[in-house]
Amino acid sequence: MIKIKAKDVDVFYGKKQALFNISLDIEENQVTALIGPSGCGKSTFLRCLNRMNDVIDICSVKGEILINDFNINDKSCDVVRLREKIGMVFQKPNPFPKTLYENVSYGPTIHGMAQSKQEMDEIVETSLKKAALWDEVKDRLHEPGTGLSGGQQQRLCIARAISVRPEVILMDEPCSALDPIATAQIEELIDELKKEHTIIIVTHSMAQAARVSQNTGFFHLGQLIEHGSTDKIFKNPDNKKTQDYITGRFG
Amino acid sequence: MNLILFTFIVLLGFTSYYFGRKKAYTIQSTKKRLTALPQFYGYYLAIWCAIPAFIIFSLWAIFEPTIVKLLILSDYSNQGYLDDELNLLYEKSKALSRGQFTGEITPFIEASAEKYLSLRSIAQSSKVVIVLSAIIASVAYAYKRISSNSRTREPVEKFLNAVLFTASLAAILTTVGIVFSLIFQTIDFFKVIPLFDFVFGTHWYPAKAFVRDSSEVLDPTMYSDTFGAVPIFAGTFFIAFIAMCVAIPIGLMSGIYLAEYASTKVRQYAKPLIEILAGIPTVVYGFFAALTVGPFLKELGTSMGLEVSAESALAAGGVMGIMIIPFISSLSDDVITSVPQSLRDGSYAMGATKSETIKRVIFPAALPGIVGSILLGVSRAIGETMIVVMASGLAANLTLNPLESTSTITAQIVVILIGDQAFGDPKTQAAFALGMSLFLVTLCLNIVALRVVKKYREKYE
Repeated sequence: MIKIKAKDVDVFYGKKQALFNISLDIEENQVTALIGPSGCGKSTFLRCLNRMNDVIDICSVKGEILINDFNINDKSCDVVRLREKIGMVFQKPNPFPKTLYENVSYGPTIHGMAQSKQEMDEIVETSLKKAALWDEVKDRLHEPGTGLSGGQQQRLCIARAISVRPEVILMDEPCSALDPIATAQIEELIDELKKEHTIIIVTHSMAQAARVSQNTGFFHLGQLIEHGSTDKIFKNPDNKKTQDYITGRFG
Repeated sequence: MNLILFTFIVLLGFTSYYFGRKKAYTIQSTKKRLTALPQFYGYYLAIWCAIPAFIIFSLWAIFEPTIVKLLILSDYSNQGYLDDELNLLYEKSKALSRGQFTGEITPFIEASAEKYLSLRSIAQSSKVVIVLSAIIASVAYAYKRISSNSRTREPVEKFLNAVLFTASLAAILTTVGIVFSLIFQTIDFFKVIPLFDFVFGTHWYPAKAFVRDSSEVLDPTMYSDTFGAVPIFAGTFFIAFIAMCVAIPIGLMSGIYLAEYASTKVRQYAKPLIEILAGIPTVVYGFFAALTVGPFLKELGTSMGLEVSAESALAAGGVMGIMIIPFISSLSDDVITSVPQSLRDGSYAMGATKSETIKRVIFPAALPGIVGSILLGVSRAIGETMIVVMASGLAANLTLNPLESTSTITAQIVVILIGDQAFGDPKTQAAFALGMSLFLVTLCLNIVALRVVKKYREKYE
């Protein structure tokens, strides 16, 4: 089933065009990987999906992005509700300088999702369990989140993102600041999360894309060159550029 | 004369630099490898020119007057003059030699004045000769010494190190000197006035100390109930409190606006405009408070049936608050801007609005820095002088009514030290005691503020 449907998306930074005519369908409860060389626009595209580009003054987005058949670029779209439905995990772990508990309860608090302290405790516990962090931190929930290791911080950010039960989770190179062990943990987690969430992951690691994703889109110079099932893109791509990139001839 | 000599020495320095570099180039042209860049050979020679000049100049400055004086006064030895009379004689002849003497000219003084002039000219010319020959000798020695494998870079670097060290040492020694003079005068003050009376006394009336006849023996009991500093400490903190009531909300909110809400364009113009406030001399704030705000508040109060002093604590504190706004706004703008963008992104991506993000993420993250900026503002408010002197009255009332006039530590120091002062008088020393307490308070505030700011910086770098 199609969850997100992007139609002819153009993105401009000031006068410079960063994305050209991107049309891409994203399937529900699957992992879609976006790959491509640095500066190709894959992160920009990812940030279109929860309107994070709004934060950048000079950035403007054109075209339609339908999520559950609703155009999020429409004026009637409430960004606060949208971002509740579309969570995001960033390249560098960015826990708030608050306690672990406050980090996870942040989203549910601002969206008024818990009526009592008990409910909040439950949300925090389930989110941390889903993020495979609970056992490591359950005894120090009231210590600062910035005191964790890099991999733990990133899982904390994932817990924070899933605390509001988003339908989609956007991940912008979530493992690029982590060591191989932490990376393996996150990848395992992604596989688990896709049962309940649709996941879109931007990655520089081709091996990671091949390991975790079912679908892959290849971006180059602001264009979506090719997309399809990960198997096909990696084994038998239609486009020569994709072939060259996959085999490491450029990028 | 000295100026010409100095210019000449500077020229000599440049010349030695030139010759040093030239020698280096000559060595280089013989295909030998130098141990340092040619400039270093030049600097090396210039330093050899500067050091002897500096040493001789300082020796002269230290010893010349003493020696000249000894020589002149040796004429009068064994004639039964007192030391004071001799000093006076010497000063008179010095003045006469400059043509600035207006008193009666005795033959003695005239003779001494002539001798003074001739001694000075001998001293001057011998200085010129000695300085120049010393420079030429040392530069020549150094010039002969430098060769392809002599070390020039290390001495030059060491010299620079020494110069910079001296500069910072001068700054530190001055501070230490000031602190020590404060401490000693304060100790003297507390020998006459008990510390307890100063710290807990509620009656401050230093003018009482004026009426003392100087021939009278110092009687400590007459100062009881004169130097009780409680009213002025209270006044100081009260006015600072009023100032911070104005400065903290406005400064903080404008800081948040500039950092988070203002577009680049607004920020570009608004920030310098706010910072202009910091560039206004405090004396201008002072007469603004005294001539505009004070009378305005008085009229406003009268029309509402309140009794308002024309020199109210409210006027002084309010204007002082305006003065402190730019410090708080600009510092808190800086700390808020330095909160990493990734935290904002994280919060926005959770669906938080701008105000939620500021309230729940950015403000707590920037809080230590903001507290630091507020503490710096408080220490400015406590140390501010001009506004209080002009706008808040000089009588030390012990009051918590903002509509009455009060006085502060700084204003009292001004009151005490304006006009002729006798050193060693408890009244003058009271200024040092006040200065000392002011210094201690602001020092503590600054230390705490800088600590807090530093702690915050460590977190994100």
